[in-house]
Amino acid sequence: MTTRGRLRRSVARWTIVVVVGGYLLLPLVAMAEFSTRGDFGSRSLDAWIAIAEDPNLVEAIITTLSIAALTAVGMLVLLVPTITWTYLRAPRMKRPVEFLCLLPIAIPAIVLVVGIVPIYSILTRATRGNPLVLVFIDIILVLPYAHRAIDAGLRSIDVATLAEAARSLGAGWPRVMFQVIAPNLRGAILSAAVISVALVLGEFTISSLLNYDTLQVVINLLGKRDSFVSVAVSLAALLFAFLLIFGITAVAGGQRRQVEEPIEEGVA
Amino acid sequence: MTASTPASEQPPGAGPAHGGAGSQRRRWTGTYLPLVPFFAYVSLFLLLPTFIVLVGAFQSADGSPSLENIGTVLSGPRFLQAFGRSVQLSLVSALAGAILGGLLAWAVSVGGPGGRLRQIAVAASGVLAQFGGVMLAFAFLATFGITGTVTILLKNSVGFDLAADSRWLYGMTGLTIVYTYFQIPLMVIVFLPALDGLRQEWWEASTSLGGSSWSYWRHVGGPILAPSFLGAVLLLFANAFSAYATAAALVSQGSPIVPLQIGEAMSGEVVLGQANVGKALALGMIIVVAVVMTLYALLQRRASRWLR
Amino acid sequence: MSLSPAVSAHEGRSGVSVQLAGLHRHYGPVHALDGLDLEIAPGELVALLGPSGCGKTTALRALAGLDTPDAGRIVVDGRDITEVPANHRDMGMVFQAYSLFPNMTARDNVAYGLRLRGMDGQARRRRADEMLELVGLLAQGTRYPYQLSGGQQQRIALARALAIEPKVLLLDEPLSALDAKVRRQLRDEIRRIQISVGTTTLFVTHDQEEALALGDRVGVMSSGRLEQIAAPTELYERPRTAFVAEFVGLTNKIRGVAQGGAVEVFGTRLPLLDGSATSGPVFALVRPEAVRLTPEEGAAARVLAVSFLGSVCRVQVELPGRELVGAQTSPEDAMQLSPGTAVRVEVQAAGIFAVEDGGTARP
Repeated sequence: MTTRGRLRRSVARWTIVVVVGGYLLLPLVAMAEFSTRGDFGSRSLDAWIAIAEDPNLVEAIITTLSIAALTAVGMLVLLVPTITWTYLRAPRMKRPVEFLCLLPIAIPAIVLVVGIVPIYSILTRATRGNPLVLVFIDIILVLPYAHRAIDAGLRSIDVATLAEAARSLGAGWPRVMFQVIAPNLRGAILSAAVISVALVLGEFTISSLLNYDTLQVVINLLGKRDSFVSVAVSLAALLFAFLLIFGITAVAGGQRRQVEEPIEEGVA
Repeated sequence: MTASTPASEQPPGAGPAHGGAGSQRRRWTGTYLPLVPFFAYVSLFLLLPTFIVLVGAFQSADGSPSLENIGTVLSGPRFLQAFGRSVQLSLVSALAGAILGGLLAWAVSVGGPGGRLRQIAVAASGVLAQFGGVMLAFAFLATFGITGTVTILLKNSVGFDLAADSRWLYGMTGLTIVYTYFQIPLMVIVFLPALDGLRQEWWEASTSLGGSSWSYWRHVGGPILAPSFLGAVLLLFANAFSAYATAAALVSQGSPIVPLQIGEAMSGEVVLGQANVGKALALGMIIVVAVVMTLYALLQRRASRWLR
Repeated sequence: MSLSPAVSAHEGRSGVSVQLAGLHRHYGPVHALDGLDLEIAPGELVALLGPSGCGKTTALRALAGLDTPDAGRIVVDGRDITEVPANHRDMGMVFQAYSLFPNMTARDNVAYGLRLRGMDGQARRRRADEMLELVGLLAQGTRYPYQLSGGQQQRIALARALAIEPKVLLLDEPLSALDAKVRRQLRDEIRRIQISVGTTTLFVTHDQEEALALGDRVGVMSSGRLEQIAAPTELYERPRTAFVAEFVGLTNKIRGVAQGGAVEVFGTRLPLLDGSATSGPVFALVRPEAVRLTPEEGAAARVLAVSFLGSVCRVQVELPGRELVGAQTSPEDAMQLSPGTAVRVEVQAAGIFAVEDGGTARP
């Protein structure tokens, strides 16, 4: 490409980034501005401090984080062995498992919640209204994204060969799973876990329609009363999720860079 | 699992057959048993609820089989209009999101897979795509609401009061703009792999044969990306169609779109005994989304055939 | 710019002349091209040979216009095209792999360049078929790239490049991604087609067998510069630098002492070739086929291993100082050289290239 062509492309490229990226950043900037308004045009962190002072909000944060953690763990326990097994011993089941994992996209939360009421009324009564039961349905919501991450990870490490090699050296299945495969899936596992946490943090539909007070439900209620605090906590949740995901991407990217050899061909 | 499986039907991972029916059955169990927890879990928490919805749509309030729910939905202007609005909202936001997101994805992909801009964009898109409805609604209120940042800015500098017709953010226009917002990151995530698939060699071949930027995109890049782009639009459509939280947080009066109507039916705000109408509406949603996702899957297969 | 005598011998063929003069290209501290001068005569096929990173692909891409050099000139058919953008250079290029447009049939791929030039449908189809015929794939015209094998894809790529009757044909390691047998077949076919069409051609490769087999002349590159450019036989028999001697063909490095324009190797004094180190301890570069082995009781050297390669055998011999030497013999002679046999080693050559002991490669 000539220098003139490259220049033109650069201009186009950065214009798009600024315009579209700007549109995406605008509400975030507005949120920051909005939530730090003080009296008579000054800046104040009152709204942010109020987050810690609202017992409902704090409780909702703790509850939701617990649900998020349990969902991530539960998803991993359910999915990693299952998908790995389909790669190793039951390849014909790969498609059915994938189909089921992607099904929640076709059966959205708003539809799922309608059908889950009878099941959840039993669970609610059994646990006396403990919101942690949301973990069960959240795992389902997370399936499509988690499956994608874990499947990609398994494909990239050629798990069948790894397992065969380990088995031929005498390892039993548990050892193969925990000592050979899982360590190589670290990036994918982290990815899947982080996406699960992000999703649970933002989950509103099912929680509200089943009358549980998770973070998003409380934010919504709060919004009607005190918009400044609700905007502040929304931004906080978003920043938290961003740090999580950005941290994971950086870690995974660093790992990958170590593994790949530098290619010198490019200069010849 | 009472009869033994004949040798021709043995699962591939099972190994050579020796021994009688007993060992074949053991091998079958050994291969598929570990998958049972997953299937059981998904059956209980996904398939069963879906089944309940499907069956319930065809039941009247007392449990007897009937088509009255379907009838209510199809004959009620409220419900049909809601479907129409849902489709319109989803289509417009999907197209807008696909175009803007597609352009952003291209701008980001130009720097190569290791580019700094790209890493940031991918991480940001991952987060913003999960930018749950409630948070997003408040973000827009903070931006364009009555006391929103941009509203105040415009009022003070240009004198134009965005909030004069204050209802716009809570109506279809506002919803469309807000929906487009979360479609863009999703588009970036879904479309970047397709852009990665465009090989440098094709561009260089086109150029060395005398082609300009335009002829490349018209004859090579465009056609190759078309199936993936269309597929992405479908995915974005399904995404918008199924969304509930954003609308729930923004719209305070009435239920203009289908998900809100389902929510309404569920919380019993309307006449009791209409709970099964909610299920019929849910059935309608499943049908629409299922059709869209099937088309998406077919398009994906078509796209990958070329790029083997 | 006048052409050197070796080059104007190709005057008879059609095609245009190409000159690269003083090309420089660097990426940060790395010099991909470090003052490259290259001339290609009309209708000639020049093969650029060298290891990864030597700059051969950069040179080709500079000629194609896909890469802008920092300094230097490019002249094609007497016209300076250094500033001309790639899509106006009228060159045909074949890439290493994956360059066929996947959304078009083979015929449409071949016709692409013609369509860009405004040729109408009928004429396009005719010319495309003509080209498909030339590469022997007329029957595959309606197939898509994913339905074609690697070798077939490269032939279509060649047809596509030639369809537009380019001034210069550029081939960037077109055979490297193919398996050995296909590679050899396609190599001969490319040469046949190139000769019949007569287009001036630049062929880049890291495979010296390919370069020697194909090129009218072969240019060996290293670190962005041309070490030597000559006809294949001259390159092989009279390398001008140690790098060329070591890169082209197999070679042994044998310790000896240089004195008075010659070096003593295995008891024989051999004249030194131009450019060799002329005095003191040196490594003499000896080709395997120049090494003669004779079984002899009590000799100091022993056979280590024998490899059968079809028409020849490679024999590894261990010298008293634990140095290894590779020799080449016929299978019949090799029968007497089983591992462990004591042999006398001699060298039979017209001239030897030598480098200073302790140094290799670049002078």
